[in-house]
Order: sequence, then C-alpha cells, then structure tokens
Amino acid sequence: MQITSPSFKQNARHALDDVQLQKALGNVRAGFIDKRQKAVDALPEFDALRDSARDIKNHTLENLDLYLEAYEQKVTASGGQVHWAETAADARSIVLDLCRTRGARTVTKGKSMITEEIALNDFLDASGIVPVETDLGEYIIQLRGEHPSHIIAPAVHVNQDQVEADFRRVHTHLPVDRDLTEPETLLDEARKVLRAKYFEADIGITGANFLVAETGSSIIVTNEGNGDLTQILPRIHVVIASIEKIVPTLNDAAQILRVLARSATGQDMSVYTTLSTGPRRPGDPDGPDEYHVILLDNGRSAMLGTEFQEMLRCIRCGACMNHCPVYHSIGGHAYGWVYPGPMGAVLTPALIGVEKGGHLPNASTFCGRCESVCPMKIPLPKMMRHWREKEFERGLNPATQRWGLGIWAFFARRPQLYALATSIVIPVLGALGKEKGRFSSLPFAGGWTKHRELPAPETRTFRQQWAQREALKQGGTA
Amino acid sequence: MTVASDKPKVGLFVTCLVDLFRPVVGFAAVKLIEEAGCAVDVPMAQTCCGQPAYNSGDRHDARMIAENTIRAFENFDYVVAPSGSCAGMLKKHYPALFKGDARWEERAKAFSAKVHELVSFLADVRGMDRVTAAGGGSVTYHDSCSGLRELGIKTQPRALLASIPGIELREMRDPDVCCGFGGTFCVKYPDVSNSIVETKTQAIADSGADLLLAGDLGCLMNMAGKLKRQGSPVEARHVAEVLAGLTDGAPIGGRD
Repeated sequence: MQITSPSFKQNARHALDDVQLQKALGNVRAGFIDKRQKAVDALPEFDALRDSARDIKNHTLENLDLYLEAYEQKVTASGGQVHWAETAADARSIVLDLCRTRGARTVTKGKSMITEEIALNDFLDASGIVPVETDLGEYIIQLRGEHPSHIIAPAVHVNQDQVEADFRRVHTHLPVDRDLTEPETLLDEARKVLRAKYFEADIGITGANFLVAETGSSIIVTNEGNGDLTQILPRIHVVIASIEKIVPTLNDAAQILRVLARSATGQDMSVYTTLSTGPRRPGDPDGPDEYHVILLDNGRSAMLGTEFQEMLRCIRCGACMNHCPVYHSIGGHAYGWVYPGPMGAVLTPALIGVEKGGHLPNASTFCGRCESVCPMKIPLPKMMRHWREKEFERGLNPATQRWGLGIWAFFARRPQLYALATSIVIPVLGALGKEKGRFSSLPFAGGWTKHRELPAPETRTFRQQWAQREALKQGGTA
Repeated sequence: MTVASDKPKVGLFVTCLVDLFRPVVGFAAVKLIEEAGCAVDVPMAQTCCGQPAYNSGDRHDARMIAENTIRAFENFDYVVAPSGSCAGMLKKHYPALFKGDARWEERAKAFSAKVHELVSFLADVRGMDRVTAAGGGSVTYHDSCSGLRELGIKTQPRALLASIPGIELREMRDPDVCCGFGGTFCVKYPDVSNSIVETKTQAIADSGADLLLAGDLGCLMNMAGKLKRQGSPVEARHVAEVLAGLTDGAPIGGRD
C-alpha cells in the first residue's frame, strides 16, 4: 500500500475535519478501555502474567534462530512445508507461485496484518486471483477499497450507516427492501454472502498469533469463526506470519493467550482459539490437503540486538492504540501505513525507514499510557525517543526545530548566561502581558497561540525574586 | 540566616517554567517544604532539567545540562521539584542518560535517589497528611502523565486537598488522560494537541468545578490557555499554590 506517513500532519488535519471519522472514534474511547479494565480487575495475577509473557518472548528472541529451526523441523515432520521470505516481495511471489501451480482462482483470507504489510490483496488482484476477506471488518473495508485503521478492529473508523450503504451498493442480488438497520442484520448478510465464498476458494490464507516450536502448530484467535472456515474448507491452507510470532511451547502460548484477549477486547479468551498442525492426516474428518507456512522477515532480524528488539515482543492486541490520546484524535489511517498508534510509531520506522516514518515517533506526548497497558510491557515511549535520537544524529528533523533547540540548549548549558538572558526577557514579556495576564499571539509562538492563549509571565523570574529575598534577609541579620 | 543543622536540607529544583512564568509556585513549594520540617535552598546554578533536548533526541545537550544539574544539587539531602515531569526526568531518566559511563553513572544514580516531586515528597517522604492553608470552593484535579505513571502520584495531592476545610473535589471524566501538552509536541503538532486539549477542557467544564488544579505547569499552561481561549470561567492554578494558601494573585493566564 502507498506510504503516506511523510504527510502525517496533513493526514491528521484531514482526520480531525472528518465528521464521520470523529464520530466513529468515539467508539474506541467508549468501547475498549472499560472492558479491558474490568477483565484486568477480575484477574489478580494479571500483572504477574504480563511479566511472565514478557520473559517468554525475551527468551525466545534471544534464541530465535534455534526456535525457528526447531519449528521448521516440526512443520515438515507433520507434512507441512515452510517457506522463508526475506522481503515482502519474496512472500508475495511465494503466494503467487502456490496459486499458479495449484490453479487457484479464489483465495479466502482470515484477518492478517502481515498480508497488509506485504500488500497481498492488491498484488493478487493484479495477478488475476480474487482475494476474499472473511473477517467482517476486513470484508467491509475491502468493499470500501480501504485499509485497516486498527490492528484488531480494522473497520473501527466506519459507522453503521456507512456499512449499510456499502452493502446495498455491492450486494445488488439481494432484495432491496431488506432490513439492514441493526448490527445483527448486517452480520447475517455478510455471513450469507461469505458462506458461498468459503466453498469456492482453492486456497485459504490466515495469519498467526503464535507459531509453536514444540509442535509445529500455528495458532489463530478469532471471534467470528471465519478463520476456521478459511483454513479447513479449501484444499490448501497457507499461513503467513512474521518470524517473531514464534514461542517455544504450547504452554508458553497458553500463558500469553491469557493476557492477549484481556488486553485486546476485555474477553477472558477470544471465542475461537484454533490450532493447526500440518495438513489433513488419514482418518481426520476434515482439513486441507496441503499446509504451507511462509515465514516473513521483512526487516525484523535487523531489529534484533538493537534498541528496538523489545518491539518484537508485540502480540498485536491493540491496547496501546486503544489507550492513545493521539490515536483517539486522528484514528489509524493518518499514520500513513499499515501499523498505527504507539506500536506503529515504533515499528513503522523500522520497516519503512525513519526517513519516511519519522513523524510517527514524534507525534506522541509521551504520556506513557500505552506502556502502562501493554501486556508485553514494551517500553514504547522509550523506543520512540530512540527514533528521535536516530533522526537527530542524522539531521533529519526540521531546521527550525534544530535551531530553536540549539539556541535554547546553548543557554541552558550556561547557568550564568541563562540567568542573565531570562532576567532581561522575562520582565519585558511580563510587562507586555501584564494587563491581560496572557497573550493571544506572539512572534515565534504561533504553534502555541494558534489554538490557545499563552499565559504571561510575572514581571520577574523566581530566581530574581529569591535572590532579592535572600539579600534582604542577609541585610536584616547583619 | 543560618540553617538549623538538624533539619534535612532540601534543594529546590524550581523548574524552568515556574522560574520564568509562575514564581509563586516556587514560593509555595518553599513554604510547604519548610512546613514539612526541612530547610530549603535554591542553587542558582540550575537551569532546566534537559528534558526538551532529551525528548528531541539530542542526548549530548541533555547530558551536559544533566551534569550541570547534578553538580548543583549533590550536597543536598533531597532534591524536590514542583513538577512530576521534571522530577521524572531527574529521577528516572538521568540514570539512563549516563548508563555505561564509569565516571557518571553511580553519581547520577545517587543523585536520582534523592529526587522527589513536591507533593509526593510532602506526603510520602515527610508523612504530611494535612496542610494549614484555608480555602474554599470546588476544584478538579488533573493527573499529569509523568507524575502519575513514572512516579505514582495520584492519591497524595487529593489527600492533602481534602485536609483543607471548604474545598470540594469534583473529579473530572478521565483525569488520568493526557491533556495534549507533551512538551514540544504541542507546537510540533498543534492541531492534534488541540484536539486532545479540547477533550480535556470539555471534561473540566463538565465537572462543574470552578478551579482546575494540577502538579505540572506545562500541562496547566496548556489547559488554562485553552480554557481562556474558549472564554471559560474556570480558573487554573498549580496545586502547590492552593496547598500553601498562596492564592491572592491572579490565576494562570490572568483574571477576567
């Protein structure tokens, strides 16, 4: 997909002016936060589980090569095949090759952010293969020609009346007078339309929440059951997952599952937790004839051993964006690529380059709410700061910012000069603002006064007043 | 004046915003720390905690400023700042800034161990459970992010406010959600910052309180600036002003 992260500011402005979007974003604030809190409050050991989940992933990342190889062996032993993809293009061509050699015309898809990352749908479309999204949210945005604005609620930016209009526009074979005023009727209609697609599909593609080295299994969690139908009904099941999805054992996956749904939707568990291990075996009632796993790197191994390694613990629950005041204001599309919110602000520069993704780690107040709810305890603000350091080292931030900061730092490093300069500037500003107590505009303060008043200083700095007070005391006691 | 030798020596880290924009907060801090049985001094060699440089990716300048701060405050028993954000920088981020530096790391850690945010110092370190100030009216308290999440400040200011007869605390919706200030964020992304502070000022207005309080002047200038621009009658002050009873002067952004 096209990267618009360099235009973050314009994207944000556009999002703030979008009435429909602003209405929809209210649902993020209202929906996710209380539910997560209730689930957390009901589980006294939640914080201990977070520590445990963090430790499991840290251990895995320290030994990633080992676990990946063990995983591949188990997949092969169970009759499946692992394909290694270094880049997005590699992953796409592996998928296309599987489609071409198997004569596949239609592909059903479970929800997968990795297929967004490699822009698989556009690629398949261009190659004459029809991708069908089966997650309701993904299906809706596919109809709208959009991309997900949230990693677990892809259509969270869309309101119900918009969905109704889209369904009437696309599902022209259905009676015109049907009732589409309730979420349930919308869901029913999508189900009916999709049910037929499952049987048409030659290949089912899913992502993975976990890859288990111990057994060679892939695990997905869903609430709609669409993932099961996607991977069981077609002849071929293709899992596309990035390398950091690996966990050593089923027990480890079970531990992390306990924090995943609680952090994401406030559920104890997602409705479906589905394990797949290899293709259908003799005697199995169902399952695909072929089972393939495409393991995508796409820049992740380069994060190992750097200050960004901890980002690879992310389990894509979405809690960080659900709690982010910036995300609440502008939604996910403004971030300009696949991953929005705080996790996107750290991951995106790593995957597309800080030259293009630099706005994202800057567009944060460092309020720390994301880190406080992250089930994997990823220090997101710290890593955003690391990106700012990279930008600063390479001189990528705007010249005005560098100059402003440079002048300020020059004085802040020299206490006597600083005291002198502030003792001149502050009384002038104080005198100018004395009558009203504030400024509505001021040279060089446009960024501030565009939307708010600037409180005026008193007429002398604290240190001037303190020095005078101390001098008087000295005089008094002499 | 000579400092009584048995009292703990507190160095007041004024913070640049209090120094430049609202000295009364500094005097309120001095009064409260003295009431908590300590002797206060203000080292003149202090400037800023260095956070603007640190959060802009300029580690070099941040370090130079941090060295200056550590040198200026090393001889005190405690370092106290009327800001969760600056105290968080001194306490949590200075050690990170000097990590791996044999000459400075231990020095920075020893310094950071002595740092406290003002209200937390009064309540948690000095065991203060009431203040002597008188006052009245309805107030609402905003939890500034760094104080809340880096330093665990939430109940302390509310408990001390509750000790003032006549003060009624009216909690706003989501008092723990960011006001959109974010240091340089508010001028780098003014439109996004504005959207966040508008949500905040709506919550403040809905609380029905007459006075907004918080422990950080940056957040307060942002919220007060927005309230004034909106023509709101709600006034804003640093919580230390109310706790010290220094509320004769105009509120932040002036009085209409």
